[in-house]
Formats: sequence, C-alpha cells, structure tokens
Amino acid sequence: MQMADTPYQFPDASGHFGPYGGVFVSETLMPALAELREAYAACQADPEFIAEFEYELKHYVGRPSPIYHAKRWSGLLGGAQIYLKREDLNHTGAHKVNNCIGQALVARRMGKPRVIAETGAGQHGVATATVAARYGMECVVYMGAEDVKRQAANVYRMKLLGATVVPVESGSKTLKDALNEAMRDWVTNVADTFYIIGTVAGPHPYPMMVRDFQSVIGKECIEQMPEMAGRQPDYVIACVGGGSNAMGIFHPYLDVPGVKLVGVEAAGDGLDSGRHSASLTAGRPGVLHGNRTYLLQDEDGQIIETHSVSAGLDYPGVGPEHAWLKDSARAAYVGITDNEALKAFHDLCRLEGIIPALESSHALAYAAKLAPTLPKDRVLLVNLSGRGDKDMHTVAERSGIEF
Amino acid sequence: MSRIQTVFQRLQAEGRKALIPFVTAGFPSPELSLPLMQALVDGGADIIELGVPFSDPMADGPTIQRASERALAQGMSLRKVLEIVRAFRATDAATPVVLMGYANPIEAMGAERFVSAAAEAGVDGVLVVDYPPEECVGFAATAKAGGLDPIFLLAPTSSEQRYADVASAGSGYIYYVSLKGVTGSAKLDVEEVARRIPDIRAAVGMPVGVGFGIRDAESARAVGAVADAVVIGSRIIEEIENNPGEEVARVAAFMRDIRCALDDLATGKGVTQ
Repeated sequence: MQMADTPYQFPDASGHFGPYGGVFVSETLMPALAELREAYAACQADPEFIAEFEYELKHYVGRPSPIYHAKRWSGLLGGAQIYLKREDLNHTGAHKVNNCIGQALVARRMGKPRVIAETGAGQHGVATATVAARYGMECVVYMGAEDVKRQAANVYRMKLLGATVVPVESGSKTLKDALNEAMRDWVTNVADTFYIIGTVAGPHPYPMMVRDFQSVIGKECIEQMPEMAGRQPDYVIACVGGGSNAMGIFHPYLDVPGVKLVGVEAAGDGLDSGRHSASLTAGRPGVLHGNRTYLLQDEDGQIIETHSVSAGLDYPGVGPEHAWLKDSARAAYVGITDNEALKAFHDLCRLEGIIPALESSHALAYAAKLAPTLPKDRVLLVNLSGRGDKDMHTVAERSGIEF
Repeated sequence: MSRIQTVFQRLQAEGRKALIPFVTAGFPSPELSLPLMQALVDGGADIIELGVPFSDPMADGPTIQRASERALAQGMSLRKVLEIVRAFRATDAATPVVLMGYANPIEAMGAERFVSAAAEAGVDGVLVVDYPPEECVGFAATAKAGGLDPIFLLAPTSSEQRYADVASAGSGYIYYVSLKGVTGSAKLDVEEVARRIPDIRAAVGMPVGVGFGIRDAESARAVGAVADAVVIGSRIIEEIENNPGEEVARVAAFMRDIRCALDDLATGKGVTQ
C-alpha cells in the first residue's frame, strides 16, 4: 500500500489540531489533565497495556468486527459497491465500547476506583456502565433529564449494570448539559475519579486518546478491505455527532492517498430550518467543553439547542480534529436530514436484514445518494457504528405506530 | 495606576482587606443590575466581579447556573453587560469592575473588539474561567495593551510551576479558588488556604483574593485573616434569589455584615461605614 509522503501528525504537543483543540478548562482541572496526559503516554508506551487492550477487544467485545458487502442494496442503487464495517456487532451494540475499555484500563492504572460519564441517548452510558461492572469500578452516569425520559430502557440497562444514573435538570436538559455536569463532578472529585468522555471532544488529551482507542476500526478495515473488495475503498463514510466513530475509521486512512473521507452530520429538519445538529456545515469556531472547535451558537456566543432524530448526533459541537480535517480539506462534511436517514434505515432493514442505529443511518443515507453517481467498480466503505434496537421507539413513533 | 492597583494600595495602607462581591449581570432582571451594583458599593464592596451569563457555565454550581439561565432568558448578552458597566461607571468613577465569564461570548465578539469596548465602558479587569494561561497568551496581551487586567485562577491542585505561569500572564490580582469543585460548594478548608496563601503571594507578586465557599461573616473573617481579598458569589446570588422585591436592601445589609467582620481584622480601626 502506498503511503503519503508527509505522515499526518496531530495533535501537536500542546493538544492542538491547527487552531482547534487545546485545553480550555478551569484551573482546578489543569493538573488532572496533566496527570492524565502522563498516564496515557505511559500506557501507550507499555506493551503490556497494549496487549491487555487488544485481549479485551478480542475476547470481551468480539473484535475484529466483520466487513460486509451489502450486495442487494448496492445492486438496487445501481452504482458503486457499498461495504459496511459492522461495529453494530460489538458487545453492547456499538463502537462506543472500544473507547470505554481503553479509558477504563487507563483509569485502573492510575488507581482511580470511580468512573463517571456523560450520555445522550444512553449508548456511551451503557458502554461505560458495562466496563465499570467488568472491572469492578463505581460508576456514575450523567444524563439530561429530557433524555432520561426519552430513553427509559437504556436508563434501566445502566442500573442493571450497577451504575448510578443522575438526571441533569440544568440548561436544555440534554447531552451538552450532562457533559457540563460530569465536568462539575470531576472538578469536585478529581482525586479518586476518572472521567470517561464518550467522544473525540473535550480538553486534550481526550480527543487524541479517544481517537487512538477508536482507531482499531480503521486499522481493521485497512487489513480487511483487500480481502473483501480486492483493494482499499474510494470513499470512507461515517456519521459525525461528536465524531468518535468517524475519527476511528478515518484516522488510519489519513495517510492512504486516494481515499476520500466523508463525515455526515445531522441536518435534522434541513439546514435552512435552524433545527439541526450540523456544527461543521453550519456552525462557526468557538470554545466549549474544553476545546476550540466548530459550534452551533448565536451571535452573542451562546450555545443554541440542536435537533436530530438521532439522539447520538444531537450535539452543538464536534471533535476538534474534524474541525481541522474540514479546514485542511482532508475530509469533507455533508448533511443528511432526518427523513433521508429514516429512509436509509428502512432500506437496510428490508434489503439486508440489518437494523442500523439512526446515527449510522445518516452515513448510510449519504452512501445511498453517492453510490448511483459512481461506476459499479467503485467502492464505498460505510461505518455501521451501531445497531438500531435502541431506536425502535423513535422509528415506530415517526411511523405513527404505538406499541 | 489602574483602579484595581489603587484600591489594593489604599487598603494595604489602611491595614484592611478587600471585599469583592460577585453578581450575575441581568439577574434577577436587567433593570436591577445597576441598583444592585450600587448596593454592593454602599455595603462596602471594594471591587465588583460582574458575571457574564453563558449558556454552558461548566465551572459553576447550581446557584450561579440558575442566575445565568434567568439572565439569558431575559435577553442578557455580553453587549448588554457592557451597557450595564457603562451606566454604573457614570455613577461611580472609583470602584473597579471585573467581568467574569467564559471564553465563547468573548470570542464571538472578537477579542480586540471586546477589549476596546470593555475598556471604553469602564471595565477594569477580566477573568475568563476557561482560559488558562497557556490558551490565552494572545488574549492576555491584548487585554493588557487595552488597559484591562487579565485575572487568573489558582486552585488547591495548582503546582508551583502554575504560580509562575499565572504570574507572568496575569495582572491586577490572583483569584485563589479555595476548594476543589464548582462555585457555591460549601466545604471551605481555612487551614489549607492559610498554608497556601503566603507561598502564592510570594510567587505571584500580586494581591491574592480567595473565593469559593465563603458564606458568612465568620468564614469571611477567617479567610480575610490570611488573604488580601475575600470574594463572595453564590451566597449573594442566594440572597437575591430568596428575597424577591427586597433584593437591593438585603444585599446591602448582607454586605455590611461581611464588611464589619473584615474590618474587625484591621487592628485598632474598628468598624467603618
């Protein structure tokens, strides 16, 4: 395989991806982040840590996840061939667990007996509660009070796994407020607590660390694609909320020339409607949750409420590395509406017997738009980041069905 | 000499400690901000920290979060905060005003525009909670050049290296956050504060104010015995929140209690005002 001449090396030593990223937190957290940077660097350099992480991914998560050629769907679309990276087949049903295992192992090495997490739809909360149970750690999950109501099954799942779920009543009572509250917990209990952030956002080293743990997705694809398709893909397509599944599949491909990377944001009711979550497509740079990145904000710099049919994409910011990839044009970012995502959701159910997460359905919908415009020998690789069991209620409701 | 320096020099000469109250601009209503600031001065404030409401106040506890939400719901914005300062400055030329808030509203306005508009409105200093020194070298320099003191936090978790970092980036005074956690937490460890302050003051070469966890005359006196300034925030917001219709009078009365307690510390001076 041909590699790029100048390897991609970001972030820099201070955690910046060009003008993005960084460490924008209150002084109280600065030493904790310095401690985490050191601990994580030591883990990365330790073959035992790497071996343990890989062992857990293989035997607990079930990796490597397969790549599947969606032949019927590709055939009906009548253009490029679509391949799916099956992160939906992981233990707990999504890519989130890769990162949770990595961070929990770092936490254990740092001697922190308590982990906390924020969650929107509950997928990252469930994954964190799962690994906390696995490693015998105390676990507290912050979840917006609105989301607690909408995602009762996941709340119960986390409780079954032994976690405490704290409903957050402040602000818009959604994911961003859960993140604020988790930060407040961390700043108060920093001595014994590890904050497992669920996406490639937050202060350095989180965007880098989460990306590294999720990069197993792209590394496997680079190995698997020649066997499955005879070559590397022309396009790699992934949905972007915070952007962890996308960074995970993009990052190993950054040095592979000729592979186009496309991040798909939630355009909600449409980019013109004002009701969407497309930070990269429709936002502008600012500072939130510890990093500089593209944000959905009003003229006065207040963060605005977002919308998407998919709770996992419903976030006003985005990982800083995506901001950098956008500005440097190494990746392209597009929007897919709720309705487009739902159509792709139903198509994949009917044509391939796979129920995808609504988040992943945004990436699928873009692939379905792109495939017919390309010749049949072109290859699209879509990260099917999660399964759709959690979305039954939402999809049924949109179809006017009551259980 | 800046207004902030003037205040600290005068107080030092008098053997007194600075009292720095915090209120959220636009809370409980935009109209009451000016009378509340004046009540703070009447009650003995030496410097006023004026909170700029932000939608995602990560470092604040529930009390200041609620105040920010109420202010934003009534249309408060950074631009309107500057109008409040301008109105206050027209009535009070001496009391320094320090804006305290988060980076994003400032970045949305643009750092240079913000600094010149703030200085022109009569702001003296700015404390941006999520701008640690390493992320705001440019902003701190712009602020200083424009006549604003960039004020930084130190915490019980801060290393001596960080004392040096804030000393070179900051001016005016240093705000020592007396406990781990968010604003409004109630676990003040006075002994820890007493142990830390002399080292910090020696390292930074600026007055050191202490805040977070100071709720009454007793804790103010204890902190005032070791620090140059006492910062009180959440407790004042509670006074406003719990006394609708009497906010101005209650805040002035609360301030006078704290002022008396602090001035008791000044030997032989007794109580002023």
